[in-house]
Amino acid sequence: MSAEPRLLEVRKNVLKQNDVVARALRGRFRAQGTFVVSLVSSPGAGKTAFLEKTLTLLRQDYRVAALVGDLATENDAIRLARSHAPVKQITTGTLCHLEAAMVEHALSDWDVGQLDFLFIENVGNLVCPSSYDLGENLRIVLLSVTEGEDKPLKYPTIFNSADMAMITKMDLAEAVEFDEASVRANIQAVRPGMRCFAVSTKTSMGLKQYLQFLKDRLTEFTQAETALRE
Amino acid sequence: MHELSIAMSIVDMALEEAERRDVRIDAVHIELGPLSGVIADALFFSYEMACCGTPLEGSRLVIREVPIEVYCPACEAQKTLSSMQWFCCPECGTPTSDVIHGKELAITGLEVHDERRTAPVGSA
Repeated sequence: MSAEPRLLEVRKNVLKQNDVVARALRGRFRAQGTFVVSLVSSPGAGKTAFLEKTLTLLRQDYRVAALVGDLATENDAIRLARSHAPVKQITTGTLCHLEAAMVEHALSDWDVGQLDFLFIENVGNLVCPSSYDLGENLRIVLLSVTEGEDKPLKYPTIFNSADMAMITKMDLAEAVEFDEASVRANIQAVRPGMRCFAVSTKTSMGLKQYLQFLKDRLTEFTQAETALRE
Repeated sequence: MHELSIAMSIVDMALEEAERRDVRIDAVHIELGPLSGVIADALFFSYEMACCGTPLEGSRLVIREVPIEVYCPACEAQKTLSSMQWFCCPECGTPTSDVIHGKELAITGLEVHDERRTAPVGSA
């Protein structure tokens, strides 16, 4: 005897577990006044060089630290340590992206409250990281001039999940006949209104404006928290 | 490819629900938006693997793909995007990033039948 099949209505967010951890992290960062920036891009877009430069320059006036995700090796953490900022590697094994619980775990022995900025470099991947909230306040998607102007159109989801775009390796732009206007138009097509900077870590082009943007965001962020408490 | 870990989460959540309600699952219905970052084909393939060796083995995954809907500030209305490469109102062309639907990745239903653990074999 077999019972009649029937349809049960349920509503369950599949990524709920990650979202709950991410929300808790974001609340903690807000309460402690730490502005958290995550970096996503394809492998080789220049995330680590960009982050090393960011840490080195910000460290002069701010308390900064970074988490860096990779499938294997501690190479990026070693590179980033040259900035003299605290850095921790998260090795994901076979996982192609970071999840909020990995960030939470990596921070378990850090006093995040002592930081102004925390950077999280995701695994180089333009697909999977878009699904996972890490509790960050700002997600930057990086795209290097050697990658092709239509990349935003090919990976609209990751560009749509980001808050800001960074065109990197501008020192190579001329050599590869990079069409900046076309990339900017493509970014605007998939994410209208998104702020976009063009930088070179080699020549320092554009870095000043980008760093000023981050500093302004930190000020807004801490002022909003103070206003909330008053 | 993160669809396998997503599929495993779907299986875990469905099993938990089945156990709680004391039912057997024939199919899991989900809603999937293009901005979830999950590809339907990869998810079908991963789902089968994730079900292997669990009480869900042999069950089906039913995916309802949700279109991207945005709010158009000019029309002051909700509109369905015609292309993921063009976040503009399909009627007036105003650019918009105000996404209302399209990020969904949720279990919406379970096709089940009641568990008859004690039913004698061959009784009909």
